[in-house]
Amino acid sequence: MFERGLEEKTFWLNLGPQHPSTHGVLRVLLEMDGEYIVTAEPVIGYGHRGHEHMAENRNYQQFLPNMGRVDYLHALAFNQGYCMAVEKLMGIKVPERAEYIRVITAEMNRLTSHFLWVGAYLMDLGAFTPFLYCFDDREHLLDLLDRITGSRLTYCFYRFGGVPVDLDEEFIAGTRAFIKRLRSRWPDYDNLVTKNIIFIKRTKDVGVITKEQCVQYGLTGPMVRGSGIAYDIRKSEPYSAYPEFDFEIPIGDNGDVYDRYIVRIREMEQSLRIMEQALNKLPEGPIMAEKVPKRLKPAAGEVYQAVETARGEFGCYIVSQGDIKPYRIKLRVPSFANLSILPEASVDNLVADVVAILGSIDVVVPEVDR
Amino acid sequence: MNFMVQTLGTAGATMVVGLIGVMALVAVNALFLIWMERKVSAHMQLRPGPMEVGWHGAIQTIADAIKLMGKELITPEEVDRPIFWLAPIVIFLPVLLSFLVIPFSASWIIRDMNVGIVLILAFSTLAVLSILMAGWSSNNKYAVLGAIRSVAQNVAYEIPLLITVMSIILMVGSFKLTDIVAAQERLWFVLLQPVAFILYIICATAETNRAPFDIPEAESELVAGFHTEYSGMRFALFFLAEYTNMFICSAIAAVLFLGGWHGPILPGVVWFLIKVYFVIFLMMWFRWTFPRTRFDQLITFAWKILIPLAFANLLITALVLKLR
Repeated sequence: MFERGLEEKTFWLNLGPQHPSTHGVLRVLLEMDGEYIVTAEPVIGYGHRGHEHMAENRNYQQFLPNMGRVDYLHALAFNQGYCMAVEKLMGIKVPERAEYIRVITAEMNRLTSHFLWVGAYLMDLGAFTPFLYCFDDREHLLDLLDRITGSRLTYCFYRFGGVPVDLDEEFIAGTRAFIKRLRSRWPDYDNLVTKNIIFIKRTKDVGVITKEQCVQYGLTGPMVRGSGIAYDIRKSEPYSAYPEFDFEIPIGDNGDVYDRYIVRIREMEQSLRIMEQALNKLPEGPIMAEKVPKRLKPAAGEVYQAVETARGEFGCYIVSQGDIKPYRIKLRVPSFANLSILPEASVDNLVADVVAILGSIDVVVPEVDR
Repeated sequence: MNFMVQTLGTAGATMVVGLIGVMALVAVNALFLIWMERKVSAHMQLRPGPMEVGWHGAIQTIADAIKLMGKELITPEEVDRPIFWLAPIVIFLPVLLSFLVIPFSASWIIRDMNVGIVLILAFSTLAVLSILMAGWSSNNKYAVLGAIRSVAQNVAYEIPLLITVMSIILMVGSFKLTDIVAAQERLWFVLLQPVAFILYIICATAETNRAPFDIPEAESELVAGFHTEYSGMRFALFFLAEYTNMFICSAIAAVLFLGGWHGPILPGVVWFLIKVYFVIFLMMWFRWTFPRTRFDQLITFAWKILIPLAFANLLITALVLKLR
C-alpha cells in the first residue's frame, strides 16, 4: 500500500493510446509506485465521431447505418435497439417471424463478440493459441451471418418493421451444424484455458467488484452478472421474442476477473440454446410489417428502449418533435459505464492485473467515445 | 590450414576453425529455430504457418532477415548512446562464447575445459547485464520496467538452476562436460534425477525469458519490454541471442540429463542435435499453450517452491551418494 509522503516517489506511465492491450485508442494514465498502481485514469475521446449529433442532422433511415459503427462487435444488438425504439415511436408491429430472425442473428452476433473477447482477453494474459481457436469458431459464424446480412462486421440488417431478407435452408442447416460443432469444442476450451493453473492464478481474486460498486457505478451486462446480480434485460424487461425461450442467466459469486470470464463462457452456451429453440419454433409468415411509410415522420414524443448487448444495457432514447429528423438521440452505451469502474478496481494492483481488469471489462473504445 | 597450425599451434587452430563453425551454426540454427517456432505455433493454432517462400516457407526467415538488415537503425533522441549501442553486442558475445565448451560428440568439441559447465553458467548470467543496459539506456519507462523485471527474474531463477546442476555434478564429480556425458553411457541422468530435470527445464525457460515466464518483454503489459526502442538489425541481434540462448540451454539439458551424444546407430552429433531440438520443442510447446505468469507470482514461485525443492534434491542426492 502506497502512502503519500513528503517525497513523491511515484511515476506516470501512459498505457496507450497506442498499446497492445487497450484494444483501440484508449489511454489509461497510470500513477505507479514501482509495479503497483496508485491511481489509474482512463482518458477517452480519441475515437469520438459524434454519432448523437449526426442523428440530429439526418432522417431516421439515414441514421440506421451509424448503429453498426457504434459498437462494431455487437452491431446487430445496436441495430435492434434503435429499430425497436423507432418502431415503438411509430407504433409499428413487427411480425413474429421477423422477431425470431432478429433473435437468431443477434444471438449469433453476441457469440462472435464473446469469441473475440475470449481470444483477445487471453492474449492480454499472454496466451496466444486460444485466440486462434476463437477466431476459427468465429469465422464460421461470420460466414453464416455474411450469407444473410451481406456483411461481416458493421452490420446494418434490421429495418423498421422487420428484416429485409428471409432465412434460407442453407443458413438454418449451417447454424444447426455450428451449434453441434461448438458444443463439441467446449471441452477443448476447458482444457486449454479454464483448467489452466496459470490462468486461474492470474484471474482469481483479481479486480474484485462488489455488488454495491456495481450498483453505484451503473454497471451492466457480464460485469454485474460476474458479481452475482442476475440482471439481464432479456429477462428483466423482456423484448422481441425472448420471453418465448427458455434460458438461464449465468452469474458468478466472487465478482473477480475469473467470474466474469466464466459468466461469458456460460452465456455463450445459453446463446446456443436460444438459437436452437428459435430455429425449432421458427414460425411461418411475413418478415416485414405492412404499410411502413417510406418517409418516417413520427408524432412528437419521446421513447426509451433498452436491449442487452454483449457488454450490457444499450439504451436508445429518442425525442421526436414530429419532424422527419429526430430532435435528439441519446445512446446509453454499456462500455462507458463499465469503464468507469477501472480506477477503483485497479488501485493497488500490478500492471499485469490492470491489463487483466481492463480486458475483463470488455470495452469497445468506439462505443465509449461514440 | 597448415599455416594456421604452424603459427597458432593445434589448439589455436581448432579454436579459430571452431569459432567460424560456431558463427555459421548460430546463424543457421537461428534461421531454423525461427522457422520451427512459426511452424510449431501454427500447427498448434490450426493454421499452416509460412508457406509461400521456399518449401513450406523454409526460407521465409532469410527474407525476414534481409528485410531487417535493410531497415533504418533508429536511435531515439534521449538515449544513452554508447550503452544503447553496446547492449545488443553484449547480449550476443557471451552466447557465442558458450559454444566453446559444448560437446556435440566425443570429438566435436572446440575446447574441452575442465570448468565447462561453470563457464557456460557464468556466461549466461552476463545476458542480464545486457538486458539491464538496453532497458536503462533506452530512457523509456516500459524498457526500464522490463529490465528491472528481468534482473529480479534472473537472480531468482539462477539459484535453483545452479543447485540443480550441482546435484548432477555431485554424481559425476567433474565440471567437464565430456565427463558428464561419458558417465551417462548406460543410464541417462533424466531417469536418476527426474525432479532435477523438471526443475532445470522450468529454470531454463525462465532463464531464456520465454513464455510463460516472458515477463521482461510481456507484450500486453510492457509493449516489447527492454527492447522497445530497438529497431532493425539491433532488434534482430536480441532476437538472435534469444534463440541461440535457447539452443545453449537445451544443449546443457541434453548434456546433463539426456546422455549427450549417446544413442544407437546414428552418429553422435545427430543424436545430440535430436535431443537438443526435442528440448527446444518442449519449450515452444510451453510457449504456445500457457498464459503468462504474473511478475510477483513468478518470483514467489522461484523463491518459495523451486529453491527449497532444488535444495532438497541436492541433499537427497548427496545422502544417497554418501550411503552407497
